[in-house]
Amino acid sequence: MMMHNLSVAALIKGLKNKDFSSVELTQHYLNRINKSKLNAFISVTENLALAQANEADLKIAKGDNTPLTGIPYAHKDIFCTKGVKTSAGSKMLDSFISPYDATLSHKFNSENMVMLGKTNMDEFAMGSSNENSYYGPVKNPWNLKKIPGGSSGGSAAAVASRIAPFATGTDTGGSIRQPASLCGITGLKPTYGRVSRYGMIAYASSLDQAGPMTQTAEDAAIVLNAMAGFDNKDSTSAAKETPDYTNQLTNSLDGLKIGLPKEFFSSGLDEGVEKVVMHAIKEYESMGAKIQEVSLPNSMHAIPTYYIVAPCECSSNLSRFDGVRYGYRCEDPKDLDDLYLRSRSEGFGKEVKRRIMIGAYALSAGYYDAYYLKAQKVRQLISEDFKKAFQSVDVIMGPVAPTPAFDLGSVKDPVSMYLADIYTLSVNLAGLPGMSIPAGFSKELPVGLQLIGNHWSEELLLNTAHQFQLKTDWHTSSPIEL
Amino acid sequence: MTWETVIGLEIHTQLKTKSKIFSGASTEFGAKANTQACAVDLGFPGVLPVLNKEAVRMALRFGLAVNATINKHSIFARKNYFYPDLPKGYQISQFEIPIVGNGAIDIPLDNGEKKMVGITRAHLEEDAGKSIHDLYDDYTAIDLNRAGTPLLEIVSDPDMSNAKEAVAYAKKIHALVQYIDICDGNMQEGSFRCDANVSVRRAGEGLGTRAEIKNINSFKFLEKAINLEVERQIDILEDGGSVAQETRLYDSIKNETRSMRSKEEANDYRYFPDPDLLPVVIDDELLKEIKDRLPELPTEKKARFIDKLGLSEYDAENLTSQKAMADYYEIIIDKGADVKLSANWVMGELSASLNKNQIDIQDSPISASELFNLISRITDNTISGKIAKDVFRLMWDEKRSVDEIIKDQGLEQMTDVGALESSH
Repeated sequence: MMMHNLSVAALIKGLKNKDFSSVELTQHYLNRINKSKLNAFISVTENLALAQANEADLKIAKGDNTPLTGIPYAHKDIFCTKGVKTSAGSKMLDSFISPYDATLSHKFNSENMVMLGKTNMDEFAMGSSNENSYYGPVKNPWNLKKIPGGSSGGSAAAVASRIAPFATGTDTGGSIRQPASLCGITGLKPTYGRVSRYGMIAYASSLDQAGPMTQTAEDAAIVLNAMAGFDNKDSTSAAKETPDYTNQLTNSLDGLKIGLPKEFFSSGLDEGVEKVVMHAIKEYESMGAKIQEVSLPNSMHAIPTYYIVAPCECSSNLSRFDGVRYGYRCEDPKDLDDLYLRSRSEGFGKEVKRRIMIGAYALSAGYYDAYYLKAQKVRQLISEDFKKAFQSVDVIMGPVAPTPAFDLGSVKDPVSMYLADIYTLSVNLAGLPGMSIPAGFSKELPVGLQLIGNHWSEELLLNTAHQFQLKTDWHTSSPIEL
Repeated sequence: MTWETVIGLEIHTQLKTKSKIFSGASTEFGAKANTQACAVDLGFPGVLPVLNKEAVRMALRFGLAVNATINKHSIFARKNYFYPDLPKGYQISQFEIPIVGNGAIDIPLDNGEKKMVGITRAHLEEDAGKSIHDLYDDYTAIDLNRAGTPLLEIVSDPDMSNAKEAVAYAKKIHALVQYIDICDGNMQEGSFRCDANVSVRRAGEGLGTRAEIKNINSFKFLEKAINLEVERQIDILEDGGSVAQETRLYDSIKNETRSMRSKEEANDYRYFPDPDLLPVVIDDELLKEIKDRLPELPTEKKARFIDKLGLSEYDAENLTSQKAMADYYEIIIDKGADVKLSANWVMGELSASLNKNQIDIQDSPISASELFNLISRITDNTISGKIAKDVFRLMWDEKRSVDEIIKDQGLEQMTDVGALESSH
């Protein structure tokens, strides 16, 4: 049976037509997960999944269901799930069973969707290769020697290898879009504030945003419908109506104004990637879109800005992991300082500690103005660049990452690793929605095209992506590796 | 050598909201340990704070009551430090832009004059949990019920020049927060806590190095702690030493202050705006609504007592110094009792008995209407003022009504012929 190649939209039809039950579907994916060599999951919640599928089938039989009832999915292990281990990819939370559900988990549960398990990720979402996981790296299904991208690498690999119909991801500096690009799937980071952050373990609160990772843009629209909305438990979530994101998927792109930021096509961009991106742009041109150059002059400051803002916030966000109430605690602490020092030294990985230290340093008395305040000012400038660009174009397009997936273990220097997010960071800093869609291959590895929209323009972005997918079949390619 | 003392107070008032400042958990005092802390208060992974609007309204009430500048756009910041009773590893507070800015309040001085004490700011923040060090031999116990309770920290200017003034200021604030109904003022339960910043200098010189004294939970201790600290600092300086900038703990049992941590050991709190919370925006409409609903303030009440009731400045100040006392007094005069006589009874016999027995006026064994009855028996000449004092004692001790006591003891002044005859 090849139902794993079906999109969520097709699975919804299949369930409706009784081509298969949710239990059959769930079992099929669980079987594939059991065979998988990718290390995409930290926990596989087999019993829970089958119980949820069973309940979903009962609901469907009674007609008491929503479109997504009975659809299995993989949940990034950064979302709290009641009664299920929620590790954030860290030794610190290896023993943590969440006592409560994240708003997103709750929403999915209330639609009787089926959670297959919790996906692997860079520890506390800090990383671009998934090598920073306490549970070991995830492998890229297109080439097992390659990284899948990060931090939502487990989710991307799971969807790409069709061991889950879709997955949740979070994107603080590119963590949905970059792995989506490197694994050849569709990933959407919505506008900041569109999806509740309650119960999503915080990395950098002002940048974190959850979104769907799917095979197609249509699926992303369907899943976003279930994710988006105001949450009174999250003060930063927007009290703004959510449209039906599938409504605008039929609009023509004739006359769409696409901007190409000249700064995204300068040195450092892999030739193969550039070729794929330019080819995709041509495709849009053939659909009636108008292409023009735009400039985002401050985007060159995105990396240093991000690597002040995010570490500052994370240095504080991760203070709660102190070995006192839950999570990892060192053995036989001799006093309180020893408890803190060793629990945190032993419980956190190297990259997490690096960012905590950078952040604590940048926030300390005497440095705050030079680092944190300065970074906030540059962040404002980056936002204004986009604002200006969106006065003349509807959508901005460019590469997602400078290169296709690189070899596991090949990038050792943290600063070189940070360069992997050069085209994605500014979108988070400006709070904008961004997407990655499969656009071709370079050296037999998938390459994504990045679509960036103005605030709250998810409908336009999704349709822009969908129209491309109606004309191309990159999104239907799947790797042979499981 | 003459020494001058400079004192500023930081007062933490627990606001009377039903739920915590950033979560829905109850703020009720005295529940079983750790039963009133939800996932948010416990700092679980992924939880987020949501601001309790009632706490904002209470802070505004205070700001308006001390004629302070209200910052229409204030920011919550994180104060980062590690301690087991601080679950998140940071306290959500306000740093650069507090909700209440500059204000002022008058305090009465011993010589009958008043002095204006500036209020630097008042900001909203969450309380930490409680560390209990003496429950177990080898462990410190943590109760997180208090974690997340809303506090309004009121910071004064360094305007007070002796312990008495500091106490007068603290009492003024204590009365005010009860008048405007934002704090229950219960010092034993920790609802109203003072820290004192104390420094001394030779007359005419610049400010000396200050020490901050923490853990003061009564007005009596506030006075003692400041006097001790002033003495200590003067002794050091007169011996040619220098005062260290440090935080000191007041120990009421040993009656001493001792060093808690020096400036060098002080935390760098790494304050920054909390990205989980939006700025607090106050519009004119809300301010107007809160202003319109403010109850009569102590200064207004005092003025009314002087102007409308004809009380002396001294009596009016005294009677309005505590909301509960003013309320008690007003019940009596609202029933029609003589204004001056009632004032004398409330401030005299009643206050003396309450003080002697350390009872708050709200818990007085003689209710306001009972005292009204007693005062009425004086004004209608049933008993004399002297006899009334004996009756008062019996009312206090035996909790019986005025008329019962008068009758049982046969205390009526024999002016009523009918009563004289019927008593046969």
